[in-house]
Amino acid sequence: MTGVLTGILGGIGATVLGLLAMIGRVTIFLGQTLSHMVRPPFYPREFGSALLTIGWLSLPVVGLTAIFTGGALALQIYAGGSRFDAEAVVPQIVAIGMVRELGPVLVGLMIAARVTSSIAAEIATMKVTEQIDALVTLSTHPMKYLTVPRVLAALITVPVLVGVGDVIGILGGYQVATGQLGFNPAAYLKNTIDFLEPLDVISSLVKGAVFGVIAALMGCYSGMNSGRGAQGVGRATKSAVEAAAVMILAANFLLTGVFFSL
Amino acid sequence: MIRFDDVHKSFGPKKVLRGMTLEVPKGESMVIIGGSGTGKSVALKCVLGLIRPDSGTITVEGGEGRDRDAFLARFGMLFQGGALFDSLPVWQNVAFRLLRGSLKRPRDEAKAIAVEKLRRVGLKPDVADLFPAELSGGMQKRVGLARAICADPEIIFFDEPTTGLDPIMAGVINELIREIVTEMGATAMTITHDMTSVRAIADRVAMLHDGVIQWTGPVGQMDTSGDPYLDQFIHGRAEGPIEAVR
Repeated sequence: MTGVLTGILGGIGATVLGLLAMIGRVTIFLGQTLSHMVRPPFYPREFGSALLTIGWLSLPVVGLTAIFTGGALALQIYAGGSRFDAEAVVPQIVAIGMVRELGPVLVGLMIAARVTSSIAAEIATMKVTEQIDALVTLSTHPMKYLTVPRVLAALITVPVLVGVGDVIGILGGYQVATGQLGFNPAAYLKNTIDFLEPLDVISSLVKGAVFGVIAALMGCYSGMNSGRGAQGVGRATKSAVEAAAVMILAANFLLTGVFFSL
Repeated sequence: MIRFDDVHKSFGPKKVLRGMTLEVPKGESMVIIGGSGTGKSVALKCVLGLIRPDSGTITVEGGEGRDRDAFLARFGMLFQGGALFDSLPVWQNVAFRLLRGSLKRPRDEAKAIAVEKLRRVGLKPDVADLFPAELSGGMQKRVGLARAICADPEIIFFDEPTTGLDPIMAGVINELIREIVTEMGATAMTITHDMTSVRAIADRVAMLHDGVIQWTGPVGQMDTSGDPYLDQFIHGRAEGPIEAVR
């Protein structure tokens, strides 16, 4: 009995220590990335390519996610609000729900699914095929060439994607509310604009920037620390997406507290 | 000249190098032979700083100094699997060093040099705009070779240059390596367990076994060395002092 208990406690201890060690390693990795970000050489072509891949090519999936979420949100609020005669709050709740929470979180998670996985798989494959070693022998620092452009591109483009997602989500709610639920289009827009405050929008964009950094950083970190072979690449990709998604949700909780509870 | 002095390297409990000592004279082609997993690749990577030895010293004539970029610019390396960058066309792989860093040149000039190096390794200019995934294994090795020599390095490393190639293509790559090393006057270090490669490429041979250099000498003395380890290896015998896993 004592042996079983010791085994369970030992397992918990090992997991916690492993988690703390990983947090430490990711923090060091972030510090190294920031340090390389401000020191030349810079790789503008790789940065441009990362802007295109992370930002522009993510627009369709972000737009589709936002429009369906905004529409569903309008339907839910209308149905829920009707239980206590509060159907009229649909524009306000859709706006605040999309801008403060659903826009940044859903865009962050979609970026984790689309961008983190692709970065992790690409860099892990480069590692197992010795392309990272080849970079070093060609006098090119892998952090500067692979990590910095991707993290910087995510820092810039994900807030923009979140802004676009917020707008499209609100338009999704607008379409459903005015098309199916009988809301007046002009009044819907006026209520939305009047209700939103600058802090709502700022919090949304700041969350986007933080989520973008998390998504790109975890992709790069897992890729660079990948194990050998196809299995190593698979594990790196899976752990990158898992870690990015959990960290995005945790960061969202913390940032919501910072912006709206203090 | 490259000098290994009592170099040790372990990975966890596995001791790979256990006091490797070797001198590679300037302008010579040294081939390191040895079984799989004996630390040949580790030795090469230690020179480049890709792996840090646990103890011992590795000295490269001219020194590393403070400028690591300039130090690495003196080397070219052909990787076992090519290690070509999938996302770049062939010419950008070959001219990688010429497109960025201290050796940066205008793109047109870099491309012209890349095409010339591709021609040197027997590839036509139309290969320049293809991507690595569109090439056969032999062509990828040639592109890797062109990349290794593109910036005219003083020292070239070849990691298993003929692995995975058919015998005729292996012969072509061996001849290319020999010609290029001779015409460039470079110091070359090759690791392989292909004895045909050894005889085609080497001026000197070193056998790495159990983490130490078991035998070293001119390639011409290899067959009459009298070293039982070397004899077993070059004749591919299952019986002998080197334990073969069955």
